[in-house]
Amino acid sequence: MEERILLETKGLTKLYKNKVALDQVDLSVTAGKIIGLLGSNGSGKTTLIKLLNGLLTPTAGEAKILGQPISAETKKHVAYLPERTYLKNNMKVESMIRLFEDFYEDFNKERAYEMLKHLNINPKDCFKTMSKGTREKVQLILVMSRDADLYLLDEPIGGVDPAGRDYILNMIVSNYNPEATIILSTHLISDIENYLDEVIFIRDGRIILQKTVEEIREEEGKSVDGLFREVYRC
Amino acid sequence: MPWDLLNDRPIYTQLLEQIKRRIVSGEYQAGERLPSVREYAAEAGVNPNTMQRALAELERDGLVRAERTTGRFITEDEKLIQKLREELAKEQIEIFIQAMQALGYSRTDSLELVASCCQKGE
Repeated sequence: MEERILLETKGLTKLYKNKVALDQVDLSVTAGKIIGLLGSNGSGKTTLIKLLNGLLTPTAGEAKILGQPISAETKKHVAYLPERTYLKNNMKVESMIRLFEDFYEDFNKERAYEMLKHLNINPKDCFKTMSKGTREKVQLILVMSRDADLYLLDEPIGGVDPAGRDYILNMIVSNYNPEATIILSTHLISDIENYLDEVIFIRDGRIILQKTVEEIREEEGKSVDGLFREVYRC
Repeated sequence: MPWDLLNDRPIYTQLLEQIKRRIVSGEYQAGERLPSVREYAAEAGVNPNTMQRALAELERDGLVRAERTTGRFITEDEKLIQKLREELAKEQIEIFIQAMQALGYSRTDSLELVASCCQKGE
């Protein structure tokens, strides 16, 4: 299979005042992959995602998506699910869908309605009347309904119950474009590891490992979750 | 049979084993059409590329046949399925013999015990 480079960073560094959030990260990610970005709290996951999305500017180094430096142009190819919501509480789901449709050329309304139906979410419902888990589902549906090349999902399933997680992961697996890549940060490793191609371990702002799930199992004889617990033991 | 994936081994080898068992047990009939890679991956709760890899190996072994437009089918070659059944049976016997050896039984002692247990069972 052809391995097209989708994302590349060189020496990517971010400082917040005196604190190093990301330290000379060299990363290369190919198209058509589902990748777990794993690390303990404060390890730099969200900073990396925000840099790739153009919400932060690097202190040093660079990041390129499809060969282009991060810009308004690359943003068109990136669908981003933030850790915290930016949607207004008093909005109905159908208004959110209209908003996304206006905002993104690549938004697929039919797909959004289909996924809502599958998850029994009423488009007439108002965001503020929903549970935390349902809100997360709605936001994920909005993001996954774009035809992007790169999906950056920051903690996408934290508030969803375990049964709902499986359903959502299946939905992601069966809906996303096979040429696209999904990078998702999470600490719920055991729930998602079977769905991943690769994992990236990040600690203190540095990438300490990038391997396929199968390589880890073959070489270590343990799951990604098992390896993570070992590497990040306090 | 539900998909039962363990943590300590590569996922694709486990998919391979479990699909083979389904073929041998008759859960998948000879000539039966398999779901698409994505549907199948979703059913097993695994990554589509991993499922693809397992199916590619089954194709190489001739157990699954891919048709360009209509999908993948279980082989209709009954001899091949019979051969697979024997392979899987031998694997089970080898596991059993090793477990018996760990209990202090020689191969001959194991065989005698198996024979007498089978007779009682009949």
